Amino acid sequence: MSTHLSWRRLLIWSATAAVMIAAPLVFTQGFAVSMLSQMGIAIIFALSYNMLLGQTGMLSFGHAVYFGLGAFFSAHALNAIGAGTFHLPVSMLPLVGGAAGLVFGVIFGYITTKHSGTPFAMISLGIAEMVAACSLMFPSFFGGEGGISTDRVVGKALMRVDFGPAIQVYYLIAVWCFVCMIAMYALTQTPLGRMANAVRDNPERVRFIGYNPTHVRFLMLSLAGFFAGIAGALEVINFELITAERLGTVASGNVLLMAFIGGVGHFYGPVIGALLVTFLQSALSNYTQAWLLYFGLFFLVMILFAPGGIASLITLHQPAAQVRKMGRLAAPYAGAAAAAALLMLGLVTLVEMIYHLETKAEQVGTVMTLFGRQMDAATVPPWLVAIGILAAGVLLLAFASRFVRAAWSDITVAVNSAREA
Amino acid sequence: MEFFLVTMLNSLSYGLLLFMLSSGLTLIFSMMGVLNFAHASFYMLGAYFAYQASVHLGFWPALVVAPLLVAAFGAFTERYGLRTVHRYGHVAELLFTFGLAYIIEEVVHLIWGRAPVPYRIPDILDFSAFSIYSTRYPAYRVFMMLISIAMLAALYLVLTRTRIGMIIQAALSHPDMVQALGHNVPRVFMLVFAGGAALAGLAGVIGGNAFVTEPGMAVSVGTIVFVVVVFGGMGSLAGAFIASLIIGAVQTFSVAFDYSLLTLFGTVGIRVDPDSGWMELWKVTIAQAAPVLPYLLMVLMLIVRPKGLMGTREG
Repeated sequence: MSTHLSWRRLLIWSATAAVMIAAPLVFTQGFAVSMLSQMGIAIIFALSYNMLLGQTGMLSFGHAVYFGLGAFFSAHALNAIGAGTFHLPVSMLPLVGGAAGLVFGVIFGYITTKHSGTPFAMISLGIAEMVAACSLMFPSFFGGEGGISTDRVVGKALMRVDFGPAIQVYYLIAVWCFVCMIAMYALTQTPLGRMANAVRDNPERVRFIGYNPTHVRFLMLSLAGFFAGIAGALEVINFELITAERLGTVASGNVLLMAFIGGVGHFYGPVIGALLVTFLQSALSNYTQAWLLYFGLFFLVMILFAPGGIASLITLHQPAAQVRKMGRLAAPYAGAAAAAALLMLGLVTLVEMIYHLETKAEQVGTVMTLFGRQMDAATVPPWLVAIGILAAGVLLLAFASRFVRAAWSDITVAVNSAREA
Repeated sequence: MEFFLVTMLNSLSYGLLLFMLSSGLTLIFSMMGVLNFAHASFYMLGAYFAYQASVHLGFWPALVVAPLLVAAFGAFTERYGLRTVHRYGHVAELLFTFGLAYIIEEVVHLIWGRAPVPYRIPDILDFSAFSIYSTRYPAYRVFMMLISIAMLAALYLVLTRTRIGMIIQAALSHPDMVQALGHNVPRVFMLVFAGGAALAGLAGVIGGNAFVTEPGMAVSVGTIVFVVVVFGGMGSLAGAFIASLIIGAVQTFSVAFDYSLLTLFGTVGIRVDPDSGWMELWKVTIAQAAPVLPYLLMVLMLIVRPKGLMGTREG
């Protein structure tokens, strides 16, 4: 890589570090610090997942296995540190989780990486189910329903840092997150990282030039297991509790959503996904029971209309920004956004009314409050209004998308002429 | 003997049900290269539609209406969902069906709630067909087997003896050639997808009341069906059939055995230190390990024969 590029890179990484240091100084509420910690863990986990999906083209439905097993081993290690039978500073606990993730990555990777594509996806799901089923069989290791709880304030405090306060835990997570981000980025620049990309794009040719795709997949899966294990250990430090559901298929699906929504084609995509999904999950689940449904719909819309994720949407606009035509998009985008908001308003009203009738009507009656308005879900008018708003939203969105397309064709012309010039 | 015969019959009826699911999944996979994650969700929809229809119309109309509704939903999914994401490649297709399964589960929560619904066996079939020694065997289980076998015979005849079956078989291996001969291959795909969905829906109609109709049924059956397909070999109908019966038998028989490794050690005369850390592992009985066994079988198969029982190709 040339030197002028590395200056730019240094700038980006310094800015990232600055944001990570400053974030808890800006958002000082207790719940914000806790959310920032979760975001840090999610970033490591999502990036480690993207080592498989984005970089090696392996669609895994069982990545939480390495996260969860890493977490359980760290929880037991932390308890052993507390009991005095094992000596390690708490700040180095992620190494235990990483080692556990690596070991299981090697074991399961050996079995699964002989396959690629769809069979690999199914087998990873089977392995995840197997580990999840095992977790109920061995309660002394997995703690049964209640999970394993632990205490992070053990050992000697170094310069009064004992990881009691949440803010100290945040900075521990931030440091590990930063180190892992750099390590995973560096990995993409190594020959192994490049070969992983080649295996993703054309395994046949990789075989022809003398590499073994199975071996590359195996190495990438083991290393991804290592980083997932680190994230698991940080989770243990953060919550002081780990339950078997953290290694289940729902957790695996969740990290897949994060990576995909953020964009698997770019290194920073999963970071965006981790931030957004963690935020949405804690924000939406406070407001509505139906948040999983909205979340699923969001995911489906992303697959249908932006399969490259948010990162690809950003890249898509770079040429427009270069020819200084972003202004041309402002009005069409505003129109489309308004139409989409209308559509969502109608949809959310319908869904919330159904949920209300289904779950709350027996206790509190059919009258409900939504968007600051009272309505009786058992009567016809709110339904008609909601369906009307939804239909209007759909029609307007179809209408507005015409203007967006027109603006884009203008920009394409401008970009093409700028290239020729 | 009595136990063996009854369990054998139960495992057969369960295995046939599994094959109704795995056959559709296999057909769709070998034709379109798409692993339909939402396949078990179609099974669940079949059960819920049948419940709703049986409340209003009775069981027999439901037996026809529910699979047709699921088929229509399947056709719609293929036409407006999968075909759109097809150009983004297989991963996007797989993720689309994954997202669909997620949403179907949430919509089921939304409409029918989180608790199981009282979808029951119709009164007319609620009697015992025959007795084996002292166990009376329920007629509904026999009915399930009859429906599955009739359905599979029909599937076999359609695939091998009819014109559309020939086109489907040809489109499995040479879609471009079939297209060049003037057949509408996308429509054939849609038809196969709808047919597979209908089979899954029918399995839901007859399985939903024999077992339990609840929002978690898609996930629990879905992963087992995946195990069946991997175990039997991706894209092989015969492999899927044998694997369905084997996995069905493993699941049905294993819950009844109370032996553990400790029992085995006892019979061969190995003494185990009761304070050993491994005691928890030695004490696990086959019945306790039942949920893990299908996956364990799958992993063993992958180590011994990565293609699966009768698999011919690698994804």
